[in-house]
Amino acid sequence: MAEEAILGYLEKNPEISDSGRFADEFGLDHNEVVNVIKSLNGFRYVDAEDIKMEKWVLTNEGETYTATGSPEMQLFLAIPPEGIPREELQKKLGPSIFKIGCAQAAKNKWVEMGKQMISRKVHHVEDKVKNLLLQIKDGKEIYDEDVKALKARKLIVSQTWKGYLVRRGSNYAPRRKKVATDLTRENLQRGDWRELEFKEYNFNAKGQPLLCGHLHPLLKVRQQIKNIFRQMGFEEMPTNNYVESSFWNFDALFQPQQHPARDAHDTFFLKAPSTTRELPEDYVERVKQVHETGGYGSKGYGYNWKREEANKNLLRTHTTAVTSRMLYMLAQKPFAPKKYFSIDRVFRNEAVDRTHLAEFHQIEGLICGQGLTLGDLIGVLYDFFSRLGMSKLRFKPAYNPYTEPSMEIFSYHEGFKKWVEVGNSGMFRPEMLLPMGFPEDARIIAWGLSLERPTMIMYGVDNIRDLFGHKVDLSLVKKNPICRLGIEARSE
Amino acid sequence: MPTVSVGRDLLFAAIGRSYTQEEFEELCFRFGIELDDVTTEKAIIRKEKHLEEEADEDEEVIYKIEVPANRYDLLCLEGLAQALRIFNEQEDTPRYTLANISKESMHKMHVKPETSMIRPFIVCAVLRDMTFDEAIYDSFIDLQEKLHQNICRRRSLVAIGTHDLDTLEGPFTYEALPPTAINFVPLKQTKNFRADDLMEFYKSDLKLRKYVPIIEKSPVYPILYDRNRTVLSLPPIINSAHSAITLKTKNVFIECTATDLTKANIVLNTMVTMFSTLCKKKFEIEPVEVIYPDGRSCIYPEISLYNMEVSLSYINKCIGVSLETEEVISLLNRMQLHAEQSASGDKSSLTISVPPTRSDVLHPCDVMEDVAIAYGYNNIPKSKPASLQPLTLNEFSDLIRGEIAMSGFTEVLTWILCSYKENFAMLKREDDKSTAVVIGNPRSTDFEVVRTSLMPGLLKIVGHNKDHPKPIKIFEVGDVSLLDDSKDVGARNHRYLAALYCGANSGFELIHGLVDRMMEVVGAPFVSVGDDTGYYIKCSDNPEFLTGRQAHIIYKGKKIGTFGIVHPEVLENFDIPDPCSLVEVNMESFL
Repeated sequence: MAEEAILGYLEKNPEISDSGRFADEFGLDHNEVVNVIKSLNGFRYVDAEDIKMEKWVLTNEGETYTATGSPEMQLFLAIPPEGIPREELQKKLGPSIFKIGCAQAAKNKWVEMGKQMISRKVHHVEDKVKNLLLQIKDGKEIYDEDVKALKARKLIVSQTWKGYLVRRGSNYAPRRKKVATDLTRENLQRGDWRELEFKEYNFNAKGQPLLCGHLHPLLKVRQQIKNIFRQMGFEEMPTNNYVESSFWNFDALFQPQQHPARDAHDTFFLKAPSTTRELPEDYVERVKQVHETGGYGSKGYGYNWKREEANKNLLRTHTTAVTSRMLYMLAQKPFAPKKYFSIDRVFRNEAVDRTHLAEFHQIEGLICGQGLTLGDLIGVLYDFFSRLGMSKLRFKPAYNPYTEPSMEIFSYHEGFKKWVEVGNSGMFRPEMLLPMGFPEDARIIAWGLSLERPTMIMYGVDNIRDLFGHKVDLSLVKKNPICRLGIEARSE
Repeated sequence: MPTVSVGRDLLFAAIGRSYTQEEFEELCFRFGIELDDVTTEKAIIRKEKHLEEEADEDEEVIYKIEVPANRYDLLCLEGLAQALRIFNEQEDTPRYTLANISKESMHKMHVKPETSMIRPFIVCAVLRDMTFDEAIYDSFIDLQEKLHQNICRRRSLVAIGTHDLDTLEGPFTYEALPPTAINFVPLKQTKNFRADDLMEFYKSDLKLRKYVPIIEKSPVYPILYDRNRTVLSLPPIINSAHSAITLKTKNVFIECTATDLTKANIVLNTMVTMFSTLCKKKFEIEPVEVIYPDGRSCIYPEISLYNMEVSLSYINKCIGVSLETEEVISLLNRMQLHAEQSASGDKSSLTISVPPTRSDVLHPCDVMEDVAIAYGYNNIPKSKPASLQPLTLNEFSDLIRGEIAMSGFTEVLTWILCSYKENFAMLKREDDKSTAVVIGNPRSTDFEVVRTSLMPGLLKIVGHNKDHPKPIKIFEVGDVSLLDDSKDVGARNHRYLAALYCGANSGFELIHGLVDRMMEVVGAPFVSVGDDTGYYIKCSDNPEFLTGRQAHIIYKGKKIGTFGIVHPEVLENFDIPDPCSLVEVNMESFL
């Protein structure tokens, strides 16, 4: 109704100068008129200009007096011609009306305020306050001094009134066309889609969020790295055993029993199950020999190797513990070249900080073959890391008890403009392989790195706890892009 | 691949043995041909006419045999039977010879220069003292047809003409003349046609019209005459009626005109080797001299053996066997290849003589293949090239992870270590001291035990994500570790799946739905209680769940997991103000 009135009015008149007055004139609710103007303005049927006005409205008190009359009038009327004792009048009017009435009537010199009696001073008075209030209520202008007085008596307050000045807009039409926000089944059934005009779509806002599932970002990276290994012909090792004996985790890898990594500071040892039950005894004997006195061309470490140390259970500190079991089993069969990988959880009893957790994922790759060279290791590292997007590599000599030569892998980070360590690698020592039963010319080259580090670099995460663990913000898990590692064909 | 139709009984007679269909199929399979269809002449006719009549008992059975596209020697019954007889070691590979006659007494074919404009090559041969009967006659015609359709590329490369030599008189001429200068009575006709009229006539002949375009537009047509200007044929269209082969024909003159000399030789060799078996002097062919305009003279057919040196180790290494020279020689003999130790004295080398029937042998690899066929593909010991094995548990986990995510759940990854309290008391669970792996030297209470359930991790996530819009739907697939006396180290990992719903209501029915979906994707049917072939749900009474709203999942009679509304006290322990439902399953039960 308001819409028809506005558009119809503008057909004949150039403008609606005041929406408020327009509403009054047409007997419409101003709020409704405002809503219609806003909507018409949105579609440019009309151009609306804000108008703001300070307007006086009655307070509750003021409103009451429009009906009852002002307190001074009430007081005046309550005084009989002979006058009335104060107490009696107060009783008649109530304390509040009496109090205000007295003050105002006295001010107006309508009454004589005696010590005991109150009496009329004039015969006839006019209730100006009531009249003024009624005028304001009707939206009429009154003199400023009257406004001041009413305001001082808190009978009126100012209120900002909002309305519009309305002119025809660029899309003006005497009747609004139907605008649609969506194409519906009914539109198709009725065939009225031909006449539909669509409301302009806001492409600056995003679409509706979807309800969907998500995979964890770290595991998406794991999947891609797994694919890279597969593309390179590597087979996955089973690594689903967190509890390991010191023997497989350290001793089999020719890691001496006094090595600092075997300290309680670095390794979680177990209360239950505290020790391992069985080890391959003849192999244990060969490992003991090679630690104590050497053999296979080695001097050994020359210390007293203790079985109790080897029996101690722990949470594996590296997946190489699994590797040592795999290699031992492999060595019991006729030699065959193999390429293995694993990506799984390892445990370090370290202080947790932005870059370290007590748990992380280790990526490990190894190639077992006859006559493999350090050149082969460097070549395979270039192949692997360039698939991860790191093709500028260099290798730093390093120490690792079970590999010789050992190389730390550095990659040049274009963003950081510096060389960063990305992994560790080497060739397993003969003191590790030969006691297992491998032939003399068997060589195993291997490398390892963490899954978290490349992921953090890739997704720009600088606190590892934001990536993994129970303090992770679920929204971050949901917003993650796909991992594109290893999907581009490389030219070399 | 070409298909050859042969009468079963005639074929077995020619092989000299009878077979059941299964036996014959087995023989074909080993030799590398295939019994494609078993039918009868009448059945074929019935099929063509869409008749539905009962088959007679005594109808002649026809075998339709598929042969390799490069074995032209197998395109007729005679060749097939011979190849199988030799394969069965019933007889040796024949040695084909040319009749020992002087050059003067040879038939001569003079080639005129104009033939180079349309069809430049011709090769000829004579088969003496043949005995035709109806079956042989049919086979003789059929082989020509098969050759025409295959190697001859619908007569465009080579066209075969066969003639009753006794109706003709040499020497012959191969000429190319304008169509208007050619007149003769073509085969199956009684009236004389001029060549251009004949072409018009054949345009409406269903069988011959497809050959018309090969020469139609040429100013000259190829034509063969004998000394009396009797037309032999107008290749590649039609022979003359005059020299047609009949059942009484004794001596056969074969000519092959061609645009490709190599293929012409293969075709002629196939014809003469196949049918020289029917000559009085078996496997003997009478040569014909072809004299070109420049005086060059060639004697055909060219049936000398093609010799090839093949090393024994090449054969053995390609096949993956270690056969001795003698074995290889006898295997090759079964494939019609004569082999002997190399004359050079090199014991590891063989000299192979390839007969004219085996035009498919181009390289030692063809010889090697024949050794493998004769040895029997299915007798070759298998060796396995390096390949990768999947790690079933991890691959399966990844598939399930994908399915759960597709069901609308978000994957989380939590720590394996947790506090003792989180693993037991906070879940209202009691430690029976025989499940959890306990750390001896934890740095903090966060790392006291290895989780025995994924539940604390998921609840901790919800506790730390209070501001996240509800509902929260999360899952984790990961390992727990449980004490296990059967393992050397005394503990074993188990792969678990847990999923949680948290919202304004518990979402218990939704978690129940996820259980059903999970069972659906692993292919487990929903069965009635007590049935061990699928899964069913049975009320449970675990402390961590609300009584009456929790149940075990029983799969193949075993409890594999539990789901329920998380107990309000547990929620309080993990500082979660909203109701949650959770399912936890041992995924290894599905493997």
